[in-house]
Amino acid sequence: MSPSHLFKTEQPAQRVFSWQDIAVLAGLAALIYGLARIALGAPEVVEGPTISLQLRAIPFYATLSVLRMLTAYVLSLLFTLVYGRFAASSAWGERLLIPLLDVLQSVPILSFLPVVMLSLSAFLSENVAAELASVVLIFTSQVWNMTFAWYQSLKTTPADLREANAIFRFNGWMRFKTLELPFGSISLIWNSMMSWAGGWFFLIAAETFTVGQKDFSLPGLGSYLYTAAEMGDMRALFWGLAALVMIIVALDQFIWRPLLAWAERFKLQMVASDEPPTSWFYDFISSTRLSGWLNERVIGRGLERLDQAMLRRFPVKDKPPREDATLRRALGYLLGIVILALLAVLVVRAGRTLLAVPLSEWREIAVGLLATLLRVAVAMALALAWTIPVGVAIGSNPRLARWLQPLVQITASVPATALFPVILLFMATLPGGLNLAAILLMLLGTQWYLLFNIIAGASTIPQDLKYTTALLRIDRWAKWRTLILPALFSYIITGAITANGGAWNASIVAEHLSFGDKTIYLLGIGGLITKATADGNYPLLFAATFSMVLAVVLINRLLWRPLYRQAEEKYRLD
Amino acid sequence: MSTQEPLVELKQITQSYSSGPRLFTAIQDVDLVLREGEFVCLLGPSGCGKSTLLRVIAGLQRPTSGQVLYRGQPLQGVNPHATIVFQTFALFPWLTVQENVEVALKARGAPPKLRATRSVDLLDRVGLDGFETAYPRELSGGMRQKVGFARAMAVEPELLCLDEPFSALDPLSAEALRGELIELWTSGSIPTKAVLMVTHSIEEAVFMADRVIVMDKGPGRVVADMAIDMPYPRQRKLNKFMQTVDRVYATLAGRTDPEHVELGVPPGEPGRTRVLPHIDISDLTGLLEHLDELQDNRADIFRLADSLKIGSDTLLSLTEAAELLGFALVAEGDITLTPLGETFAEASIRGRKEIFATRVRRLPIFRWLTAMLRATEKQQLEWEVVKMALSLEFPPDEAERQLDIIIDWGRYAEILAYDDDGELLYLEPGQGERPS
Repeated sequence: MSPSHLFKTEQPAQRVFSWQDIAVLAGLAALIYGLARIALGAPEVVEGPTISLQLRAIPFYATLSVLRMLTAYVLSLLFTLVYGRFAASSAWGERLLIPLLDVLQSVPILSFLPVVMLSLSAFLSENVAAELASVVLIFTSQVWNMTFAWYQSLKTTPADLREANAIFRFNGWMRFKTLELPFGSISLIWNSMMSWAGGWFFLIAAETFTVGQKDFSLPGLGSYLYTAAEMGDMRALFWGLAALVMIIVALDQFIWRPLLAWAERFKLQMVASDEPPTSWFYDFISSTRLSGWLNERVIGRGLERLDQAMLRRFPVKDKPPREDATLRRALGYLLGIVILALLAVLVVRAGRTLLAVPLSEWREIAVGLLATLLRVAVAMALALAWTIPVGVAIGSNPRLARWLQPLVQITASVPATALFPVILLFMATLPGGLNLAAILLMLLGTQWYLLFNIIAGASTIPQDLKYTTALLRIDRWAKWRTLILPALFSYIITGAITANGGAWNASIVAEHLSFGDKTIYLLGIGGLITKATADGNYPLLFAATFSMVLAVVLINRLLWRPLYRQAEEKYRLD
Repeated sequence: MSTQEPLVELKQITQSYSSGPRLFTAIQDVDLVLREGEFVCLLGPSGCGKSTLLRVIAGLQRPTSGQVLYRGQPLQGVNPHATIVFQTFALFPWLTVQENVEVALKARGAPPKLRATRSVDLLDRVGLDGFETAYPRELSGGMRQKVGFARAMAVEPELLCLDEPFSALDPLSAEALRGELIELWTSGSIPTKAVLMVTHSIEEAVFMADRVIVMDKGPGRVVADMAIDMPYPRQRKLNKFMQTVDRVYATLAGRTDPEHVELGVPPGEPGRTRVLPHIDISDLTGLLEHLDELQDNRADIFRLADSLKIGSDTLLSLTEAAELLGFALVAEGDITLTPLGETFAEASIRGRKEIFATRVRRLPIFRWLTAMLRATEKQQLEWEVVKMALSLEFPPDEAERQLDIIIDWGRYAEILAYDDDGELLYLEPGQGERPS
């Protein structure tokens, strides 16, 4: 018998429950009680669309908001898995779906929402329509990066593992379960975290939109914060923000960190990594007897049954005979023609709408684009100015990173839109304060992408190059020029691409301010879009949105893509 | 062991793929019969399409034309009776050793109990008992490949395909594993009816197979089919073994062709453009120096691999380069230094570069490139442009590799220079006005 048999660690059999198990059960009980309290407490506080600023209402509102986010996230996940598979598995899918995704993610969905809202409320009750629209909005802020990440991972699954799949006759389900999901899991988890952050950013907008004179506010933490800021109720605002931060921290500690620690096993590399992500909660849960039991009896058996069912239901089919292929191809063409026809109709309609927009409004759009472009540029410059030195400091100094990184992560996860009303209260009085506030909001929303990328980049600078520069006694500026900036280049560009898109999207939230009944619109494409929405000027709304999408796509293609290519080719450290 | 029952029949298999307007042929008109009881090795230089042929036989890849028959029936999709052991192991890193074996059984619908007992038994047989709960990353390369074998055996394949299974292992584990595989195969304790192994090591092929199919490249085709009639386990030091290896070497290394055949034609002209062998120039000088020290400046190629401690594929590339540049002649498995090669080996660094330059300038592909460069105004061309031009002659990745070799040789000969930042190729000063 080999040593590993002899020393197999068996848990002591006499104790049925460990203290960890008791703690878990107690925690579960508390959780159920808390949820029941929230549900029971609800009707007293919530009446109609008016938002109560009582502190007691916060747990209920928060629960509603989390549920909305969760619904949108589940939808995003489903969309990601299906869309990514189609895009990765066929040539036409790749040529059609990926550029489409690229365009879709530059669409500022905020500007379309009112239209969606109104059309939904035509045949649904107002409440349901509002809920649906809000979920759709959150969905569109979560889904794109996840879909891209999933597609990327499907495209990069190692060829030998794919061949092993084929030769051992795995069906689609087995391939998904044993290869694609594990391989893509880490990137999917990271992107889910980013998506939740993106969702929080739009939470306020998703719960408080008005179309013309109609108010479609929904009960939730977002509308609570919005109302508190509007009323100037600092106490409610503070506790609302505190609740938000608590939720974000709790999700991080109880969901994302444990998931990351668990997913460490899915790293492809054949050597153990130096600093795997850890989670106290994961360690705690996996040390309980309960989790072992659940794992083996419930999850293990359930999965086994599912696997068997899937294997029976979808046996591996060998290449279909020729006739089938032609039939399928014919069906494919038919489908293609139908889609093209639909697209053509839509394009003609869109064209007609665009033609209906008078020249003066087109001029406004052009000026607005320029104004927003300037704001975005300033915000990006400011973001770069502080994130590069700070990011390098954190990334190249592990000791600093240990206490600063969690802090930065929590700060970054607080949605800027939630802070915005507070900022406005202080800035509105300054000269040019509105412009400053708009830039600040863009900055708050986008700087983190840059910071995180720069930290990641700085931590990959090889130690031997650092030693070399030290040995050569290169002065500080030359060191930045010859080592740090080139090494960071591709990371900065990656961060900047995301940040740039985010800043444009944020302009819709940033370029208008409401005080009570009065609304001020700043010069800019975002302001124009919100104004058109409020006025019910749909041709202008459409034209402005379309122009903005075009501008973002063009900037990506003409500026960022070439820079990125250069970064990939010239400044690669490997 | 051969019972003459054909298991796999390949009829006129051609695998080609198009790149832009050109059609490239990876394998051309291969006819082959594998019979029950045979251990067959596909042997050949890299790029001869042996791995592609293995994938065609396993059904992972559909040939462009031709037919694959399995037990007389045309193959539809992946062959359910075949399995592959991969060069890179292809283990799922997130599954334990046992799970990696079990998952293959699960895909065939085996119930949990049966899966567990079967996989434990198989792991036992390959000597991995005690490692069931280990993850692949905790194992050495040799042990990982054992898992690969156990997984392949688990599905009880009739046809076991091995894709260079030992080339990613250290020499000791590779040798041990070879012996164990032969033992499994000859003992008849596995239901496998035939083994097909791809390798580029001649010795490995002669050590294991009872039939060696020798392939050559450009386009990939079968050039020899040799029976190896020696009892197992084979002894490497036996005369008969060495003679057989020698014979295979002679087939693969061929003999030096007359010059105009050897050099080929420049790109764009009718006829075959010579593919430059991918070598390290310092290895080539090392080989020539070694030959220079020998009596008669002559050596048996197979013995060279042994004394220089390099793989047979590297050695064959080197001898090919030496032939092409006129430094050596190859005949009947022997390589002989030419007077030019002798001069080169004894020259100074400067002198070597000059000799190398004069030889390289004779190559049609270099003549073609220098003429093109001279025709341009600044005597420079973008890398991409040259690659495009070469893509008309070679498949895209081969074109890129050829260009890399050209740049490497050209830099050593100080004929060409390459600017990586601007991705520009240009003639070294002084090369422009020289007549070719």
